[in-house]
Amino acid sequence: MKTSNEIWKDRLNRKLPPQLAEEIDTFETEIELRRQGKMDEVIFAETRLRRGAYGQRYDNGQRHDGKETRTLAYDTNKNTKGVNTVWDAPGMLRIKIPYGGMNIEQLEVIAELAEEYSDGIGHITTRQDFQLHFIHIDDTPTIMRRLAAVNITTREACGNSVRNITGCPYAGVCPDEKFDITPYADALTHFLLGHPDAQNFGRKVKPSFSGCAQHACGLAAMHDLAYTAETRMVDGKEQRGFCFVVGGGLGAVPFQAKVFDEFLPMEEMLPIAQAIAKVFSRHGEKKNRSKARMKFLVKQWGIDKFKEEVLAERAKLQHDPRWTEFISRVEDNVEKPLKPPSDLPSIIIGEKLNQWIKTNVRPQRQPGYSTVTVALPLGDLTADQLRSLTDILREFTTGTIRTTVEQNFVIRWISNSDIPAVYDALSRAGIGSAGACNILDIVTCPGTDTCKLGISSSRGLSAQLRKQLDEKCFKLDEAIQNLHVKVSGCFNSCGQHHIADIGFYGVNRTVNGFQVPHFQVVLGGQWENNAGSYGMPIIAIASKRIPDALDRITNYYLRLRETDESFLTFIKRIGKAAIRQELHSLTQNAPTYEQDPTYYTDWSDPREYSTGDIGRGECAGEVVSAYQFAMTDAERMVFEAQIHLDENDAQNAGNEAYAAMLKSAKAIVQMKYDDVSNDADEIVEEFRERYYDTKLFFDPFAGGKFASYFFAAHDNASQAYTEESARHTIEEAQLFVEAIHACYNRLRQEGLS
Amino acid sequence: MQLQHVNIKMFVDGSLDVDPGKFINIFHAWIRDSALDGLLIDVADYRHVPAGPGVMLIGLEGDYNLDNTGDRWGLRYNRKAEVEGNNEDRFRQAIQATATACLLLEETLATEGPLKFSRQEFELCINDRAHAPNTSATLSACQPEIKTFVSQLLGHEDFTIDHDPAPRGLFRLTIKSAKPFDLAKLV
Repeated sequence: MKTSNEIWKDRLNRKLPPQLAEEIDTFETEIELRRQGKMDEVIFAETRLRRGAYGQRYDNGQRHDGKETRTLAYDTNKNTKGVNTVWDAPGMLRIKIPYGGMNIEQLEVIAELAEEYSDGIGHITTRQDFQLHFIHIDDTPTIMRRLAAVNITTREACGNSVRNITGCPYAGVCPDEKFDITPYADALTHFLLGHPDAQNFGRKVKPSFSGCAQHACGLAAMHDLAYTAETRMVDGKEQRGFCFVVGGGLGAVPFQAKVFDEFLPMEEMLPIAQAIAKVFSRHGEKKNRSKARMKFLVKQWGIDKFKEEVLAERAKLQHDPRWTEFISRVEDNVEKPLKPPSDLPSIIIGEKLNQWIKTNVRPQRQPGYSTVTVALPLGDLTADQLRSLTDILREFTTGTIRTTVEQNFVIRWISNSDIPAVYDALSRAGIGSAGACNILDIVTCPGTDTCKLGISSSRGLSAQLRKQLDEKCFKLDEAIQNLHVKVSGCFNSCGQHHIADIGFYGVNRTVNGFQVPHFQVVLGGQWENNAGSYGMPIIAIASKRIPDALDRITNYYLRLRETDESFLTFIKRIGKAAIRQELHSLTQNAPTYEQDPTYYTDWSDPREYSTGDIGRGECAGEVVSAYQFAMTDAERMVFEAQIHLDENDAQNAGNEAYAAMLKSAKAIVQMKYDDVSNDADEIVEEFRERYYDTKLFFDPFAGGKFASYFFAAHDNASQAYTEESARHTIEEAQLFVEAIHACYNRLRQEGLS
Repeated sequence: MQLQHVNIKMFVDGSLDVDPGKFINIFHAWIRDSALDGLLIDVADYRHVPAGPGVMLIGLEGDYNLDNTGDRWGLRYNRKAEVEGNNEDRFRQAIQATATACLLLEETLATEGPLKFSRQEFELCINDRAHAPNTSATLSACQPEIKTFVSQLLGHEDFTIDHDPAPRGLFRLTIKSAKPFDLAKLV
């Protein structure tokens, strides 16, 4: 769309590293080939994804405007850029920021790109990347060139590849770390980027690095490959290595990573990663995307077999000098301060500054220095704010900064006496908010704003919760202030709702004949200890009532908690049933559409969430009631399965979760065949024939994956459940029930039920 | 010098007395009703960003937003697609698009607002650093052309053009007219 693309190409190509320039030229050629119809759309889609160019909502050219679905009048003479993806539809560009490390030059280029090609906003993701939205595909090669000129690549930012390697933003300055993970994360980044053995995965691979085990910074447990710094003494000398875990992941069904090696020496970090890439390429699932993440291979084989295969592969690898070359350079790029160490002024004047210091400033390991967190609302900041940030870096540091998985920035090496001046400068730029990493600092994925998979408006809800909390946050009890809230627009957990104290993820429900955006309330997760435990959903509440739900949960905690009791301990002690009961009334007495039409819309979006098909016959209404009755039972059963699990009764938990699947499957089968019996085999058979084989159940994006959970649960119904398998069955049952709701809503809209 | 991707901001006269949230509803209605020329696609809400782009109406050829950049509210139009012809055609297209949207907003909010845009001041910027780097050379090269266009647009020469020299910013000019102009005549 930009008319200056050729100018940039001429200006920059000679300045770029030849390999990068060639890669971008190749991508530009592929764009042209696809435009001319000379490249298959599926292949082109994966090609652009591997270069970070992602689709966005409405890129199929269809948009519901609150009254009806309308076609957006794009020029359809151009070819598609993927199946059902219109050429001109704006998309998103994801920019990899390895371990979140950036410099001034890079920040300034991203500011320019946000301004010239996007909507003026730079967005930090939950994996330390940057994202620019509403980008035209034709502009992407120029953007890539401008990024490459400051040593940033979008390569393998999306697609079935090794994604951005995340790392603790306090690496090198944290008082609790074993050692600085930065050079190791950097070495793995460069080693795996474009590595031939890492090009044939069935799904993405997400690595992370942590400096210690106890904090949350690296979120090790939820990564495919996670490296936590560890040391040991060998012959009187300290040896560096990592506690290395594999097969973790959030997504629809979250898995905790398993220990591959309690101490992986640094010399083995790269060859083991290469061997895993080869094993995963060879044995990982390729056809069924829903089972293709590494976590499923680890689950299927068990960690012992997985390790055995990897070590066998490792033994066969041809030696690569890069495996150890980086070790001699690990001290080369250690960050240095600009100013000498100093003390914080003994008297700090101003309530806001004091609040900000309390929440946003942390002492470094190095005396006299602190880190400063720049808290960004929803991970967003403007081009002007990015430039102001670079001015601050120039004045107070040697010019580096880190993005965080909480969608913020961390500035390091601030000499303590400069802290008030840094606060003043940030405040002048509009990015001096206090509340970093507390209840106000809500993490959220893009949700329905721009994501094709979004079900509810996670950003709309987060903005509303922030607004609500902003007025009172610092008057709340400290126990409440310290809670983490995370919001995802759907079950896929890009907002990391599983590891929040209080998480929410988007679902939909039919109320009074209309679809209404809802959020599942997720409790029991743990952010600390590198994502130490995963929460589970306890109840679905209408989106517009979630602010009330948050109030109720926090007030309930405040009222009933024991001295110094953490939220997680409180949840375990009180029990999810009691909290569900506390929230139950929020699911009752929905206003009619006439009484309050806004109840039927999402946050920041006045469009009716769905038109539904109002005015159906009485008969249909009766069927609906029967269906809803059964589905309410199914949801209750999933919840009761969780209670069994909390009580360490894995067998009953698994059985109940499976029974919930059967209940919901029967509910939807009855929409077409009322005489179906309670016999499990018959329900499965009827469901398969009427909804699976016909693809009526298929989700537009996930296909039949949720049905496969049901079929697997049925096949394994006689199994003995372990704590882990019961947990997975509960997660899968929850998703299956949600998919039944979604199927029902789709069929109602299409008039097929 | 080819000045593509012209970007115009009409400032709100005085303070913004309308809840910016109302613009979300208005922009959605504009999409539904195809209220403006060009393909309108989506609404983006950035009210949570201080001094940010506010509420945006994303289009294929150009975006509109109730913009608070520089802590000053206004209606910004950002032309994304190429405009054929000469620079005067490009300026005129952007001015017309902005003025049309401003008048429509004033009309829509007449009963509940009120919202009024300035008739004496607007910002013109070129959202493309390759075509128009923010330098004195760019200013020297295109000032005569812009001056001629503005005098034709306003029908007089009693105006000033101020250049924002911020080296990392976009090429940005603020035009102030001594006499009020008729927004409807810019359409």
